[in-house]
Formats: sequence, C-alpha cells, structure tokens
Amino acid sequence: MARINRLPFPLSKPQWPTSVQLNRKISKLGPNFETDWSRRYGVRLFRAVVLDNFVRPSVKFVASPEVFGEDRLIDLPTPVIFAANHSSHIDTPLLLSLLPDRYRHRCVVAAGADYFFDRRWKAYIWSGLLGAIPIERQKVNRRSGEVASKLLSEKWNLLIFPEGGRSPNGLGQEFKRGVAQLAVRSGRPVVPIYLEGTFEIYGKNSSKIKPGKSRVNFGKPLTVEDGEDPRSFGLRIQRSIDELASELHDDWWAAKLQRSSDSLPPLTPVGTSTWLHDWQRTANLPPKTTSRRWPRRFGSSSR
Amino acid sequence: MSPRPGFSLEVDRSTPPTLMWHGDGFRLEKLPVGSRVLYPPEPLDPTKDVDGAIEFALTHPVGDSEPLDALLSPDMKLVIAFDDVSLPLPQMKAPDIRQRIIETILEHAASVGVEDVTLIAALALHRRMTETELRHAVGSRVYDSFHPRGRLLQHDAEDEANMVHLGLTEHGEDVELNRHAVEADLLVYVNINLVSMDGGHKSVATGLASYRSIKHHHNVATMVHSRSFMDMHNSELHTSNWRMGRFIKDAGVKIFQIETTLNTNTFPDSFSFLATREWEWTLRERASYLGAKKSLDLAPPWLAREIMHKVRSPYQLTGVHAGEVEEVHKKTLQNVFRQQLVHVEGQSDILTMGLPFIGPYNVNSIMNPILVYCLGLGYLFNMYLKKPLVRQGGVVIMSHPNRPEFDSSFHPSYIDFYDQVLTETTDPRIIESKYEESFARDPWYIHLYRNANAYHGVHPFYMWYWGAHALEHLGGVIIVGGDPGATRRLGFQPASTMTDAIEMATSIVGRDPSLIHLHTPPLLMAEVN
Repeated sequence: MARINRLPFPLSKPQWPTSVQLNRKISKLGPNFETDWSRRYGVRLFRAVVLDNFVRPSVKFVASPEVFGEDRLIDLPTPVIFAANHSSHIDTPLLLSLLPDRYRHRCVVAAGADYFFDRRWKAYIWSGLLGAIPIERQKVNRRSGEVASKLLSEKWNLLIFPEGGRSPNGLGQEFKRGVAQLAVRSGRPVVPIYLEGTFEIYGKNSSKIKPGKSRVNFGKPLTVEDGEDPRSFGLRIQRSIDELASELHDDWWAAKLQRSSDSLPPLTPVGTSTWLHDWQRTANLPPKTTSRRWPRRFGSSSR
Repeated sequence: MSPRPGFSLEVDRSTPPTLMWHGDGFRLEKLPVGSRVLYPPEPLDPTKDVDGAIEFALTHPVGDSEPLDALLSPDMKLVIAFDDVSLPLPQMKAPDIRQRIIETILEHAASVGVEDVTLIAALALHRRMTETELRHAVGSRVYDSFHPRGRLLQHDAEDEANMVHLGLTEHGEDVELNRHAVEADLLVYVNINLVSMDGGHKSVATGLASYRSIKHHHNVATMVHSRSFMDMHNSELHTSNWRMGRFIKDAGVKIFQIETTLNTNTFPDSFSFLATREWEWTLRERASYLGAKKSLDLAPPWLAREIMHKVRSPYQLTGVHAGEVEEVHKKTLQNVFRQQLVHVEGQSDILTMGLPFIGPYNVNSIMNPILVYCLGLGYLFNMYLKKPLVRQGGVVIMSHPNRPEFDSSFHPSYIDFYDQVLTETTDPRIIESKYEESFARDPWYIHLYRNANAYHGVHPFYMWYWGAHALEHLGGVIIVGGDPGATRRLGFQPASTMTDAIEMATSIVGRDPSLIHLHTPPLLMAEVN
C-alpha cells in the first residue's frame, strides 16, 4: 500500500487542498445503516421461514437448550425488551428460536454497529437473517437509541445484550445503561434472561463450535417504577439476572432469600476475576449428558 | 361485546338437537317440544392484570385482616395450604392460578426474610397427588425449591402424630387439624372456587382435618339436610364446617384466606362447540364436533379417556380476594353466582343431564359407576338454589356409558364397595350404619391412602351420601347408554335411547311430563322459583 501511495497523481488518489473545506461523506454503514427494508413483509416471511426451519433445528442440535420460566411471559403484552447476558454468537439465534411465538416473529436484535455493520455485506446478512439493528456501543449515539425507541413504539420487540459484547471468559460483565434508558424512555417492560452453557459451545476465543448443553431461564418482567432512574433500574435488571442464575444453580426459593438478604453470588466478579470465579462458573454448568430419567431433572419445558 | 347471561330455552320444532356429554364422548339428542334447556352464561371477561390483582388482594385484604406483609416476620413459621387436584376441572393450562398466588406469597415472605415455610396440599381424605400433578399445581420452581427440603407436604389425615385434637364444638363435633397448620404463626390458604360449595371455612376445617373430624358433616343426615349443599345458607354441611371454622379461629389458629374464582372458559378452541349454543355452530364447530365425536366413538375407552384427560382448560381469573375467611367467602360467592346463576321458573317432572368424562375425584383416572352416581345425583342435581330443578318424586335421566371399570390404584376401596356393599343394599342410611366404620378403619386402605395414591377407605361412602338428598327426593333414575349391569347395581334403570328413557319415566311421573335439560358443563347454578 505504502508503495502505491507514493505513486504520483493521477496514478494515486489526489490530495485535498488545505484551504478547501473537507466535504465529509456520511457513512451509510455502522450506526447509520438503514434497516427498514428488513422489516418489510417479504423479508419477515423469509426470516420466519429460515428461523423456524433452519435456525431452530440447528440450534437444538448444537446447544440442546433446556428452557425455564416461560410461564412468566404468559400474559405479557407486546412490545417487550428482552435483556440477556452474553457470551457467544450462539446466544442470538438461540434466544430467537426459543422466544414464544407472539414475540419471535416480531423481534429485532440490537447488534454492535462496529462489528456487525462495518461492511455492507455483513450489514445486509445480519439485518436480513436476524432482524439486527445497529447500536453504537463504544460512544454515546443518539440515533441508536432513537431507532430502538421508534421500533418499540411500532410494537417491535427488542432483544438486547446489556453487557455490550460477548464475555471474554464466560463470566458476566458490567451492564451498560442503554437498556435501562430505553425502558425508562419507552415505559415498556424488560424481561431479564439468563443464558448458560453457550460459552463452552462457541465462546469468544473458540475457533470452532463444540455442540453441548445450554440452559435458558426467562425471568419475571420488570417495569420501571415511579421515579426510578436508569442507573438503579439497570442495577435491578442485573440483579435479576444474577437471581435467575442462582435459581438454576440452587433453587428458586434459595435465590429469593439470597436476594432479599443481599447475598446473591454475582455473575460479574467483583474486582479482578481469579481462577476461583472460573472454577465456580464451570461447576455450575449444565451436565454434559441428559439424564435418562423422565421427566428430566428440572421438569422443564425443554424442547 | 359483554358476555350473554344464561337462559332457559323452550324447545320448539325448529330447535336443533341438543348436545349432551356422554362420558368421554358426546351425543346430539332431540328433546320433546316444550322441554326447557338451561344454557349457562357465557364466560365473564377475565381480570386483565392477574399478577396485579393478586398483589392488590394481598395488600388490601377484606374483613378485619391486616395486609399480608404486616403478618409476616423473619422468625415466624409460615404454612401455605392449597387446594388439591380435584380443582379446577379439567386442570387449567399452566401456569395454574395456585402457582401464581403461591409464588407471590413467597416473594413477599422472602422480602421479609421468612425462612421457615411449609407448603401443604389440603387433601382431606382424597388421594395423594402425583409429582406431575403437584408440579402443575404449584409450579416447577416452587416444587424444586420445597420438595427436596421436605417442605412440600401432602396432608395425611391418618398420621396421628401430626394431627392435633383442638376440642369439641358446641354441637359436640371433634375438631382435629394438621399439626403444621395448628402450630403455624400464620396459615395462608390458597383456594380455587369452581362451584359455590368450595371455600370458606370448609377449606381448612375439611381440607386439613381427619376422618374423626370430617365424619361429623360428611354423613347421610347432614347431606339430606343440605338443600342444596351448593347453597351455604341452606346447607347443613356448611353450617357444621362454619362451626368448626369459628372454633379453629377461637383456638388461636391465624388464617389468611385467599380465594379465587374462574370464569367458565372450560375448553380449548378445538372444543369450542361445547360452549357454543347449537344454533350458533359455525362450519368449523360442526366439523370439529363430527371429528371429535367420530374419533372418540371409534377409539377404545382407554384411549378416549387418555385424550380427554389431556385437555387443559383455558380458565381465566374473574376475582381474587384475601383476608378474613368469612368476608372473603362472601365476595367469592358473589363472583361465582355472577358467573353461573340462571333463573328458572318452576320445577319439572324430568331432569336430563349429560355426564362428562371428569368429576372431582377421577382426575387422570377412570370414572367408575360410583363416581357417575356422585357426579349426577351429588353434584349436578345439587346445582340449585331454593328448589331442585325436578319436583319431588320426579325422574333424573343421565347420559353416560357407566362402564363397571375401576382404577385399582386410585380407587381400591371403591371396588370393594361396588362388589360387597352395593350388592347388599343401596340405602345410604343402612350403608352408613352397617359398613362405614369397617371400611374407614381398614388398615390396608389406610396404608394405601398414606403411602400410595389411593382415596381413603371411607371415600366411596361419602360419594354415596353425596347423592342421598337426590335419592330421597326422586322417584326414579335412568341412565341412557349405560352398562345395564352396572346401572342396575346402582339401583337405577338402564335405557338405550333418550326417547326410551323419557317413555320409561312417564310410568313414574305420568303422561306428558315437563322436562328440563341441564346443558353442562360449562357449569351453571339454577335459581328455581
């Protein structure tokens, strides 16, 4: 490249005169990528066909999900914000294929603008296949929030990962404020979701997919209380996900008592994570083989 | 559109045939011109925000009770009792309303830091619930939290060490209750009120009591003087329970009662024809009727039963009230009657009814002849206020296959009752005096009740007493399409068609009889003037 740049004009790109104001071209990629086309009827139909006939069976094969807490969504009106912890690229197709029907086919996914929308082909693939919308995660961007709010007001459900990216080690990360701000602004309920086991299947540093077991626990919908600010609501979401994890590792009642006594083991390590955090996390992973007993150990609505 | 009330239709020549249940299947019967068909009211609009309504009930109790939070403290002993598998019928789609209420109570308890919590299924003398049934009632989260700790129990009326005799009421009735309930700082009872008989003081005074206590109101004299036992103000059964309930309260047992009422949205969409008036059946409903009827008729009985018992009702909540038992029950009854009441002018000579595949005591099981008798003459006959739908000396015609089949694991004592008692007599008073005690004290039945999933040895007797009032009132009972041997064993007459049955009934009630058909389920309660 360096050699080409050194070639004289017109063999290389011209330099811009310093006295002339730079005419910046606004990029149509990243957070500015327009995704309206991906919510047109034809594309939705295509996505639904792919999701139900290809993605669901594939996910079932790869991640063998066990699902808990679906009954908590029984009479929850749409639109809803789904907020889950995030440790793998599997998480999005997994959740999309597990959401109850009335949410699944009218759901957009908040995806990192810098990662999924930095190339035209990637942007089209992710918004077409998963209904992804670009969200700026590195800096404050008004447009991302506006797009998400507009979609919620148009009765689209939103799936978002408040950690802002996949976990590098399978442990939790601090939540960003975006979800809570969106909930405060839109007044819509947030369903906390705890996902487990997907880091082992295809974690951030994995080079290939290793089929395994995963567990998904849907939590009780949270609504913003009068006078609650985004910061405290965001913390409440995070604690709820911690509680959902504890529900699976211990039991529901123990998790309730731990939360009331403020002794819930957090998913996000306090301070620097040590081998001990990793040890505890892996000890709680879903068993690699399914019990031959029926109904299964947790009596869940596994699919 | 608001739900339409129930009404009495007078059959004329253009009235389409009337749908009747016939065990696991259905029949369309042409009733004589001039007959009246009682149609239940349409399902009431449900409570939109169920969790909000539960929360409101717990924080705004009725009567002289304090809100739940004020009754909770960290060091207390909290006991939550709940209705067993006999309610609602059929079982409701998950999540069951009991689960939603129990989870909300436990969330309140956890926020206060109550650690000593026990849950008890209030079985009385019913069978123990299976794991699947318990999971369905309380939900997997509660089950997995409490069962492994030994904190999810099923009431055992024969566990003498865990029963406490509180004393005698002013009428000399023994009051004996489960020890957990007596020793609790707070007993929360979670009820489902499907019919007006349920709930009130009956929840605790019967649900958590022993045979010694229950026999004071589950007997022939009480049942004959309960007219009907669905009308608590004219029910000796309730009077006795209320005496016991007040005695329990005076003995210091603190009860926080939570009662719920459901609408009559009893069957899923695929069975919508069951809740639609026949002349309003759409093409889809006619097709689904034909499909369901043909396939259930062709299926062997065990398969038809399997299919029907898999039905889960899309019941919806119409009300939830919490607080002091009697005040709560008043509100509950208002809701039940708001949903079920139908006004009827005058009694009839003949009452016809189609009996469905399910009653309170054969959930996930077989409806044996004794339960057929109880469902028809015990439950449906008693769905009245003021006067029975059929006159004194009239005839009840029931439609049911009435096969002599029994579930040997759930109903072992029923088999002996059928073979040993009914072959001797069908008179409730003789049965009570001669046989009850030996069945109630039989160690094998007690063993099966305590350790397996069997109804108590005395339970078939109670079924028989349940119909005592009807037996005394009626001039005859005919079962259409019933097994002749089993029908005669019950003391009834078999008939192969409804026309034959009506013809046979005329020999008892005279020519040109008047006829009322009870178009249930969904359930209705007739107020007969």
